[in-house]
Parts: sequence; C-alpha cells; structure tokens
Amino acid sequence: MTYFLKSTFSLLLIALVTQAFGQDEEGSTGILDGAQIHGNFDLYAQQYNEDSIIGAAAIPEKSGINAFTNLIVTKGRFSAGVRLESYLPPVQGFDVRFGNQPIGIPFRYANFKEEKLEVTVGNFYEQFGNGLILRSYEERALGIDNAFDGLRVKYRPYQGVYLKALVGNQRFYWQKSAGIVRAFDGEIQFNELIKKYESSKLRLSLGGSFVSKFQAAPTNTSMDIPENVAGGAGRLVLNYGNFGMQAEYAYKVNDPNKNNNYIYRNGQGLFFTATYSQKGFGVNLSAKTIDNMEYRSDREAGFNDVFINYLPALSRQHTYNLAATLYPYATQPNGEFGLQGDIIYKIKKGSKLGGKYGTTIQVNVSAINSLKRDYIVHSHADSARAILDQQVYIPTDSNRIGYNTNLFNVGDEVYYRDYNIEIDRKFNKKFKLKATYVFLEYNIELIQFKVSPNVKAHIAVLEGLNKFSRKHSLRWEVQHMSTEEDQGDWVFGLLEYSYSPHWIVSVLNQYNYGNKVKALQVNYPTAQVVYVNKANRISVGYGRQRAGIFCVGGVCRNVPAANGLTVAITSSF
Amino acid sequence: MRIITLLVIIALTTSGTINAQDGGRKIPAVDIKNLDQSAFSTGEIENDGKPIIISFWATWCSPCKRELNTIADEWEDWVDETGVKLVAISIDDARNMHKVKPYIDGQSWEYEVYLDPNGDFKRAMNVNNVPHTFLIDGDRNIVWQHNSYAPGDEEELYELVEKLSGGESIN
Repeated sequence: MTYFLKSTFSLLLIALVTQAFGQDEEGSTGILDGAQIHGNFDLYAQQYNEDSIIGAAAIPEKSGINAFTNLIVTKGRFSAGVRLESYLPPVQGFDVRFGNQPIGIPFRYANFKEEKLEVTVGNFYEQFGNGLILRSYEERALGIDNAFDGLRVKYRPYQGVYLKALVGNQRFYWQKSAGIVRAFDGEIQFNELIKKYESSKLRLSLGGSFVSKFQAAPTNTSMDIPENVAGGAGRLVLNYGNFGMQAEYAYKVNDPNKNNNYIYRNGQGLFFTATYSQKGFGVNLSAKTIDNMEYRSDREAGFNDVFINYLPALSRQHTYNLAATLYPYATQPNGEFGLQGDIIYKIKKGSKLGGKYGTTIQVNVSAINSLKRDYIVHSHADSARAILDQQVYIPTDSNRIGYNTNLFNVGDEVYYRDYNIEIDRKFNKKFKLKATYVFLEYNIELIQFKVSPNVKAHIAVLEGLNKFSRKHSLRWEVQHMSTEEDQGDWVFGLLEYSYSPHWIVSVLNQYNYGNKVKALQVNYPTAQVVYVNKANRISVGYGRQRAGIFCVGGVCRNVPAANGLTVAITSSF
Repeated sequence: MRIITLLVIIALTTSGTINAQDGGRKIPAVDIKNLDQSAFSTGEIENDGKPIIISFWATWCSPCKRELNTIADEWEDWVDETGVKLVAISIDDARNMHKVKPYIDGQSWEYEVYLDPNGDFKRAMNVNNVPHTFLIDGDRNIVWQHNSYAPGDEEELYELVEKLSGGESIN
C-alpha cells in the first residue's frame, strides 16, 4: 500500500475522530465541522447453475460478486474520496485479474478547488476534447477503469482561458500501467475572453492537447523501440444560432505496439460533426476516420486495458435487446472510416398526422468501412481483405512502416451498416406505442472473430405502454430478428408491470427459433422483481442469460451465457 | 488492513447517515459543459429560491427519455403552478454528446440541459446509473433523490415539488 493511501486514510480517520469528539462540545472547531460525507454503493451478484445447452459451464465457486462503495468527504474548497471494490470472485465475463485482490481501494484522492485553480492528488479521471488523444474514465459495467494516479492541476489565468496539466500512471486492474503519462491541454472560449462578443450569436472555441507517454524499452528485442511516444490534438467548436459544428484532429508519432504488429507508422484521426436544430426538428451529420490510433500506456497491453485515448464508435447505441447485444459495433483503432446521419422530427401536436400529443420520427444511418492500405511490401496473398490486415498482418518492409494510406482512402470492406427508423406516438394519456425497424450489416469475422460472411439482419420492434391508473402500468416489447447468418432468427417478448413508486415486475423470453442447429433452438426465459425506494434500488432475477456483447460507446465486453439467480443493489447517500 | 478498511467504511457510512439528516448538502460546484461545449460550473445552478429538479439522463437511456418526455407534456403547468426549473444533465460521452442538442430541440424540451461527458458531476452527485433524479430546495440543498423510473413516478415528484414550492419541508 502506498504512502499516499496511508496518509489519506490517516487524514480521514483523524477527521472522523475529531468530528466524533467535536460533537460533545458546543461550538467545536474540529477540522471536519460542517463537512459532509456522502457516497454510493453498487453491488451485482450472480449465482450460476450449469446449463450445457446454452453453453453455461459449471463455475466452481457457484457465484460471483462485484461491489463498489464510494465515499466522499467535502468541506468548503476541499474534498477527498475513496472507492472500495470487492470481487468475491469477479462476476463471469469480467477479467479474472480483478480477482487478484478480493477487496481493496484502487481509487482515492484529495482535491482542492477555488475559482481559478483546482489541484487533485491521487486518482482522477480526465478528458481532453472528445477524448481522441486522452480520456480516462470508469465504465463499471464493462470493467473499464483507466483512472490516472498522480497529480493534476487546472488553472484559469483569464476568463475564457482554461489550462490543464497532469502526470500519472493508469490503473491496470490492481496494478499500475508500465508507462507514465504526461499531458497538457489548453482551451480558449472567445466569447468569454472578449467581452464585446459575450452575447454574440457566433460562439467559438479552440483547444489543443499534447500528450507524452514514457515506457522503458524492452530488453529482449533487437528492435529499436521508442520509449517516449508523443501525441497531440487540435479542436475547434463553432456555433451560430441553430447551427453547430465541431472538428478534432489527433496525431500520434510512431508507437510500435502489440496490436499494430510493432509498425513504426505514425497514427492520425479526425472526428467531425455538424448539427442543425430548431423546435421540433434536429439533424446531426458526423464523420470519423482513424488510422493506427491505438494509444495505450503499455505497448504490450490488450483487451480494453490502459487506453490513453478514446475512439467513439460512429453508430447508434441501440437499447432494444436484440439490436443491442447480438451484433454491436466496436471501434477498430487500427483503421476505419465512418459516416453517420441522424434526424429527429416531431409532427406537431394537434395536427391530423401528429395526433393530440404529437408523433416523433427518428431516422439514423451509419456506414463504417475499412481504410484502404497500400502496402509497401505485400505480406500475404489475400491483401484485399482488410480483415487480415487487422489480425495477421506482418510488416516486411525494411523500415516497418507497413503501408501507406490517408484518412480519406476509404476501403471496400464493409465493417458495419445500420439503417434504422423509429416512430413514437402517444395516442392518449393511457396508451403510447413505439415502432422500430433496424437493418444491420455486421462484419462478424472482424469484430467477433467468427468465420462467417457479414451478418445481414432485419430487426422489428413494437413497444407499448399502457397506463391503467396513476400508479399501475404495463410496458411490453415484441422484437423479431431475421437473418440467414450466424445464429439465425430470434424472437423476443417482454412484459413489465410497474406499481409506482416502489415495484417493477418483469418477465421476458428470447427464443432462437431460427437456429440452423436444432439443439440450439433454445428459450431464454427470465423473471425479475425490482424494489425502489428513493435512491435505493434492489433487483432480484432468475433465469437464463444469453451470451452476448455489452457495449458502451463502441467499447464492448463479452457477456457469457449464464443460468441462475442475480441480485443487484444500488444506493446513493 | 482489510479490517481497518472495513471499520473506516462503516465509520464513514454511519457518520454519513448522521450528517445527511441535517437537511442535505448543497449542489457541488463541478465544471461541465453547456450545449455549445463552453464551460459551465454546476455551482451556478439556481432558481431564485424556487425548487429545482436535477435529472441525470442519456440519449441511449430509454427510461430516462420516457421520464423526461412524460414530464415535458405537463411542463407548462408545472412551471406555472410552482415556478420549478428542470436541469437535465446528459451523461452521453463523445459518441453521443453531439446528438443531445438535436434531440432536445427535436423533442421541444424546455429544460436547461448540460453535458457531463466524462461523468464528473455524476460522480460528485454519487449517481450509480441513470435515470437518477434530485430535488433541490430554494436554498440549493439536495432534499430528495430517486433512482430509476416507472410511469407514475413523475406524479410523486410533482407532489414533492408542490410541497417545496409551498414552503413545506419534505423530510
């Protein structure tokens, strides 16, 4: 345990003791007088039965628990916090390395904040711009926590000028990443800086980041591996009335690493969005293109470990079960080119077409392809297949640059297509209906390593909400997926009865009736009861969980098949 | 060490409960973003002594959108009768945060909306998952909070807003 952790603890303990004794005396001036202690708790537990039909293996421990407790002490300009994590053992699907320490404190910090200056010592999260060059964050449901452990200073020398500097190691399960990260970001908000333009319709800001990581070179290779790898990004955000646009360009010098087959090629990426919106109508167009932009604080790391940067997926984040968890797209940091368009339109309330409460239509289209590579030396016979570039490509040119391309050199290989439309209408106070259609094309070989042609799937969903009285309502979903590839057709049904404000009871079933393998035409029934009281929520479920992929922001985790009891508790205080 | 850790946790938790009964804490000042991505400090959230609802949501969260769209249908009445303000905090990250403005304009929401793309305000408010709704009294104290949404919950929320607006305590 580090010196810092010990001192934070001592500080908290002293503070508590002072507070405890302080309560006996009137007008006490204990250091935590007026301080507030708050936090939250989050537990997910699962019990496992063996179920060979769905591929749920026998788990020797029979159960898994992930639990998190955050505690924050704040007083005036100071705050300090700790997070206790327990994995007893980790829930299936989370990295087993979480289990290396069953219980511990991987996150603790102290923070001082005043109007112009903020200093954080210990652990912290940070994001520069869109995160293309730096983002540390926690996504508990994915088992992602690449928090920094070090020092961060934020300073505002003038109104409208924002500076940030940080140094630290990233969390790597219960250890620290091998490399250290140093980073700086500056942003100018012109409407704040120049008083004359304070209320101008034109809003403009510019930002720039510089990041450097250091990791000692390995001794077991004859390659000349760079120890310091620099990256940078520039961004522009412009708004004028109903129009808005933003662009961010990121660049990274050569960074041979395990996942790019140790090539010496520089990396770059561009993310652009433009929006227009007015009451009842909104449109968003975006483009993202990246080449060799994997940036981690350990060149040997895999999975979702110790990423310094974040490359968001340019596609819709689906929420309906079949559309969300069978074929979700995951960003390909080694290279991809994507476009997305999104339109929302609300047909006016009271119009003939819109009905009494209005009808909302949303259309979303996204297309992601490979980035075409011109190889310096062909390394494999089937060079047209970008998928091999990602998986088995071995550079053979003398400089190990590997290939040439540019950010607009769109390749032929389809990574992902998603065309979807959603119509949502409230008929009256007691009935709402939403209809959704989704077409997906999914490069399953690239994303899930399954040898198969691209999956083409049609998904239709009907969701209804019947409100019987003030407290009683029923929400239901019927979903159908039809596809020739992979597991074939699925049907899904859900009934969710709620008794506000405390109870929600639901039953659902998924049935893989179209599986070409007869034995795999399986039902996945589940039942769940949820009790909510203010900021406390307890849910208990029982049933079969289908193997699938759970994603947030283009970063995914495999969820294995399971059969058994689940308990989830969250609480904030 | 583990025992000490647990003791500290228990001590902290208990004193947390003791502290919480004092009428709640204020909204912490955290730097997040306006819809045009300029800086906004949550210390500036206020409503002239009238109640404030703070609702954490995301464009990918169906129950969140159900809750905020349901309230939107009644919103004019809520404001007329109580002067309440709703501050919707989107926790969408870079993947979806640029879709927030088109979405809220498309749905004609009349809420104050801010972006918290890296969850800084979410953590400071101890939010585990969305939707999570807070009620703030006229002195900017957090007096009530609620996790998740079921149809009808908005009516309980409105009753509490009415009480606050009428000067009653809701603890």
